[in-house]
Amino acid sequence: MAIDKEIARRAAHLARIEVKEEDLEALAGELSGILGFMEQLNEVDVEGVEPMTSVTPMDLPKRADVVNDGNQQDKILANAPDAREGFFAVPKVVE
Amino acid sequence: MTELAKLTIADARDKLRAKEITATELTQSCLDAVNAADALNAYSAKTPEIASAQAAAADVRIAAGDAPDMCGIPLGIKDLFCTKGVASQAASNILNGFKPEYESTITTKLWDSGAVMLGKLNMDEFAMGSSNETSAYGPVVNPWRREGSDAKLTPGGSSGGSAAAVAADLCLAATGTDTGGSIRQPAAFVGITGVKPTYGRCSRWGVVAFASSLDQAGPMTKTVRDSAIMLGAMAGYDVKDSTSANLAVPDFEAALTGDIKGKKIGIPKEYRLDGMPAEIEKLWANGADMLRDAGATIVDVSLPHTKYALPAYYVLAPAEASSNLARYDGVRYGQRAKLQSGEGIHEMYARTRAEGFGPEVKRRIMIGAYVLSAGFYDAYYRRAQRVRTLIKKDFEDVYASGVDAILTPATPSAAFGLGEMANEDPIKMYLNDVFTVTVNLAGLPGVAIPTGTDAQGLPLGLQLIGRPWEEADMLNIAYSLETAAGFVSKPAKWW
Repeated sequence: MAIDKEIARRAAHLARIEVKEEDLEALAGELSGILGFMEQLNEVDVEGVEPMTSVTPMDLPKRADVVNDGNQQDKILANAPDAREGFFAVPKVVE
Repeated sequence: MTELAKLTIADARDKLRAKEITATELTQSCLDAVNAADALNAYSAKTPEIASAQAAAADVRIAAGDAPDMCGIPLGIKDLFCTKGVASQAASNILNGFKPEYESTITTKLWDSGAVMLGKLNMDEFAMGSSNETSAYGPVVNPWRREGSDAKLTPGGSSGGSAAAVAADLCLAATGTDTGGSIRQPAAFVGITGVKPTYGRCSRWGVVAFASSLDQAGPMTKTVRDSAIMLGAMAGYDVKDSTSANLAVPDFEAALTGDIKGKKIGIPKEYRLDGMPAEIEKLWANGADMLRDAGATIVDVSLPHTKYALPAYYVLAPAEASSNLARYDGVRYGQRAKLQSGEGIHEMYARTRAEGFGPEVKRRIMIGAYVLSAGFYDAYYRRAQRVRTLIKKDFEDVYASGVDAILTPATPSAAFGLGEMANEDPIKMYLNDVFTVTVNLAGLPGVAIPTGTDAQGLPLGLQLIGRPWEEADMLNIAYSLETAAGFVSKPAKWW
C-alpha cells in the first residue's frame, strides 16, 4: 500500500523522530518503496504456518531470583548528558 | 617495520611460542601500520596505550609458558562492541562521547586469552548498511582498487572497517558482527575469510543490539585456520545472554584436516539469479569443481522460499531495531538535543533522535515502528515471521536429506565504488545481502572465503552454509576450498 504524508507523519511520531513538514512528502515516497518491496510476502501461502519467534527451539532460561548486581550509581550515571544529585535529569515532564 | 603485521594468527602464535618474536614487537608493527593508514579510515579510535600494556602482559604469559592461542595477537574491534573506557559509538552521532563502564563478553574472553586491542573499527551506523557509507565517521575505503583506476571502492558493510583493516594488514584479525551479511559481504569484498557462527554460539552481551534474533558476532581473518582459532576464543555459553547456547565449544582448529571425502555439498538452484554476472557464475562453478576434486559429492538442492528472504528480513530487522533503538532518547547516554524555551521532554526525545541518527537508521526505525503498529502487525510483522519459519524449514529439509553444507556465491558482485549507489533506491543496496540474509533468518553458520578475482582484479568470494552447531565441519570444508583456490592476492599498497 502507498504511504501518504499523514501515515509518514504517524510513523515518524511512533518512532519519536522529528521530521520537518517539508520532508514528509519525500519520506512517504521512500517508505512506500520499501513497503512495496515487502508486499511480495503476500505471494506466500502461510496458512497453518507458525510464526518463528525463537531461532533455537529452547525454553527461556530463568536465573535464580537473587540480587546479583547493583551499587554502581556512579557508573550508571557516568555517561548521562545531564545527571544531578544521583539522578538522570530531564526537562520538566509535569506542569 | 610493518612486516610482522602481515602475519597470520597461526604463524604469529607459533613464532611467539618459539620466542622468535615478542608480542610487543608484533603489536608495535601493527600500531605503525595503523598510523600509516589513516587514508583508509578503518579505525575510529586507536588505543596504543592499552595495546602496549596488553602486549607486555602477553609477553610475560608467553615467557611463563602459559599462553593460549590468542595470547599476544593484536586485534581490531568493531565499534559495535562495548569496550570499557574506550569510545563505543556504533558509528552513530547519537552515541557521541559514550564510553562504556563495562566490557562485552566476547572482548572480555579475547583479553582473558591474552589478545591485544589496537583500537575500534569503523562500520555502518548501528550496523545498518552494506557499503560503510552510513557511518558517522565517514566511509572506510577499500584497500583494493580496480586495475588501472584510483577510484575509491567500498569495503562493504557493515563490518567494513574490520574487513579493510584485516586486508590491509592493520591488525592480525578483527571482530565483526553479522545481522544480514555484515561479516560475509565485506569479507568477500576485500578477499579475506569471515565467519558468521550459529545463532547462540557467541554471546551478544555488550554488543550494541541491532536485530536481536539475527545478530551474531564472529571472526574476520586472513585464513580459515585463523578463523577457527579466533572463533574458539570468542565462543561459549554466557548466562548474561538468554539466547546463548549451553553447548561445549569444540576445537575448531583440530577439525581442519582438509579431508572432505564423502561430504555432500548442496548447490541451491534458487541462488542462480537472473542477470547474475558471468564471472560470479563461473566462480561458483569453479568452487563446486574444487570440492568435487577434493572428494565431495555435489548435489542440486532446492530452497524454495529464498526469494522471500530479503523482504522478510526488511520487515523483521527494522521491527527489532525500532524496539532496540528506542533506548537512545537523550536521557542515559550519548547526545541530547538543545531545546527552545517552552519545549519539553517530547521535543527532547524526537529532536535528539532526529539529530543523532543518520538517514538510513531513521528510515529503518520508522519502517519498524510502522510494521509493528496496530492494524499492520499481522499483515507485515506476523506474516514475515511465518515466512521465516518456511525459510528455516527449507534448510532443515535439505540437511535432512544428508547434505553437509551448501555452496553459494557470497555477493552478487565485486566491491562497488563509494558514492556509486548514492542516488539509487535503498532497495538496490539491500540486494547486496541476497545470498547471505537467509543464513541469519535460519540461524545457521556461514563462512565467506575468497576464491578468485573479477576482470578488474578485485576479489570475489564464495559462501559455505553449514548445519547448525557444525562450524567445525563447515570450516574444514572451507579449508579444503581455500587450499584448492589458493587465493593469495593482496591489495597493492597505495595508502
